[in-house]
This record gives sequence, structure tokens and C-alpha cells, in this order.
Amino acid sequence: MSKFGIISRGIFKENPTFVLVLGMCPTLATTSSAINGMSMGLATMFVLALSNLTISLVAGQIPSKVRIPAFVVIISAFVTIVDLLMQAYVPAIYAQLGIFIPLIVVNCIILARAESFASKNGAFDSILDGIGIGLGFTLALTMLGAVRELLGAKSIFGIKLIEGDGITLFVLAPGAFIALAYLMVLFNMLKKKVAK
Amino acid sequence: MEYILIIISAIFVNNVVLSQFLGICPFLGVSNKVETSLGMGGAVVFVITIANIVTYLLQYYILDPLGLGYMQTVSFILVIAALVQMVEIILKKVSPSLYQALGIFLPLITTNCAVLGLAILAIQNEYNLAESVVFGFAKAVGFALALVIFAGIREQLELSNTPKVMKGFPIALVTAGILAMAFIGFTGIV
Repeated sequence: MSKFGIISRGIFKENPTFVLVLGMCPTLATTSSAINGMSMGLATMFVLALSNLTISLVAGQIPSKVRIPAFVVIISAFVTIVDLLMQAYVPAIYAQLGIFIPLIVVNCIILARAESFASKNGAFDSILDGIGIGLGFTLALTMLGAVRELLGAKSIFGIKLIEGDGITLFVLAPGAFIALAYLMVLFNMLKKKVAK
Repeated sequence: MEYILIIISAIFVNNVVLSQFLGICPFLGVSNKVETSLGMGGAVVFVITIANIVTYLLQYYILDPLGLGYMQTVSFILVIAALVQMVEIILKKVSPSLYQALGIFLPLITTNCAVLGLAILAIQNEYNLAESVVFGFAKAVGFALALVIFAGIREQLELSNTPKVMKGFPIALVTAGILAMAFIGFTGIV
């Protein structure tokens, strides 16, 4: 597969949120605004690219029986790095995302890529795969965040577009489920059209 | 009284799935039948309660005295993974019937972010050991409750005529959204 193909696959054909439906917890929880969704996506992409790289390098040395715990330790090391970095440099966003930063460890996207791609492919391809899937995730989260912010607060990235109050429901929990459901429907319809 | 407040607020007001978005994967994945969702709910209550005890001891008797606070994520996830494995082995020996009921769900629990999330939340809220256990147990019961209600709705949904593009995940998400709306109604209680 071409290098570009590896990246673009993660964004569209195997989009982790809309197609694979993985990592739902951060997707729903951190998208109350576009900027929160984007930050979460970027943090995940960082962990994904680096853990993919590390795992592709050491996968040959790890006995297959203990590979899952070993992968989890590698992933959680990078999550701890992100956690401390964000706490130091972007404390406002860190406070918003809260517990979902340490919970990147149990984001099934990362373990799924480690197991199904990084452990079987070379270092460079694995980074590209991490970046591709990470971009797909970031894109999905930013879109969902933007839709919810637009409907809920009538603004995008904190910029007020229309005066007045929005539909508060979309900032709250139920709005997350419903907005994601309809975005998924749109994505699937678009995908069908492109395939034709 | 304090414990009753923790329990009610954990089960209904801040429901772990429907308002805090922890454990969405099993919530969407194992909710096709009421029977399996009961099994999953039981296994989660069991593991989260024990996990909260163990992580409490780990945090206050090992990590804090040694000044290793930054190792929290790494050590908690390892302990939880080992714990799930151990619970599985012990259950198999001690109570085969319970193992039969919960067995297949146990390995799935390691990747349930509610377990790690609640362990970290209990530490962040600075609960003592008893409060931490009650908190974990009540949150897990809230998870089981939401899961069983959702499974009941989805069983009915199977029989109804859903638009083709909404089949599968989208309609499940809309259902979960409406369920979350219903749970918002509890907000005023505590």
C-alpha cells in the first residue's frame, strides 16, 4: 500500500469513530465544544503515533503470551507523558478534559492499532498509520464538537456566530449521543455515494 | 446519611454511562439481550468494587509514601488487568456456577474504562476507604441499571421497522440519548 494510502485510509475508509466505532467514551465525553474535541483528538494522535512506533520496534522481542500487558505498559507510558505535558503547558484545556486524559490508556483504538497493525509492520508505516487513524479521530471529534457547540451555544471554537442562546441539550449528555448518531448516518450515506 | 447521598447521586444523578460517558463500549456492545446484560452488569459491579479497594491501598500505602504519584495510570491499569485475571481464576475454583454466569464477560472488563476511571475519580474526590468502596459499588450498580434498561429497549427495537440508514449503531445512539434525557430528570434529587 502506498504511504499516502496508509494515512488516507485512517481518515475516511477506516475512520475510527464513524466506521470502526471505537473509542466512544472520549468521543462523547469531550466534544462539548470544538476546541475540546480537537485537543482530545490531538492528544490521542500523539500517543497513537508514538506507541505504534515503539511497538513496531519491540514487537519481535515480546513473547506473544504477554504481548497485551506489554503493549498496555508502553501505551500508558506515553499517556503519562501527554498527561504531564498538558498539565504544564495547557492547564485550561487539561482541566476541561480532566479524567479523559489518563483514560487514553483504555481507548480501544490504540490497542487495536498496536495489535492489528504496528506489531506486524515496519516502523515508518506504523507511524503513518498512527497519524492517519489519529487524524481521522481528531477530525471526527472536531466535527462532533463543532456541531454540538453550534447547536448548543451558537458558536464555533468560542467565536459567537449568532446572537442568543442555543439548545442547551446539545451541550449536555443526551445531545452527544444524538448528534453522533446523525453524523454517523451522514457519514455512511456519503460513503455509499462515493463508493458508487 | 452521607453514604446514602453518595449512593443516590452515583446511581441516578451522575449515572456513570449516561452522564459521565464511562464504559460506553460495553454499554453499546453487550446490550442486545437482557440476560447477557445482567451477566455483564454483575461482573462489572464485582470487579469495580474490588478494584476500588485495591487501588485505594496502592495509592495511599505504596505510591504516595514513595512519591510516585505520576505512576498512577501505569500502575492502576496493570493492577486492574491482573485483578481481572485473578478474579477469573478464583471464581472458576470457588464458585463454578457464578463463573458460568460471569465468565465470558470478565476478560472484556479490563478494557472497560469505567473501572480505571472510577478508581482515579475515587482518589481525586479524596474519599476514605469505606466511601471509596461505596462509591465504586454504587457507580457500578448505576452502570448495570443503565445497561439492563438499554438492553430491554433494544430487544423491542429489533422488532420495529427502523430506517435502513439508521440500523445498528445510529439508532442505538439515539435511544441512548433519549435514555440520558430521562436520567437528567433526576438532577434535582440530591
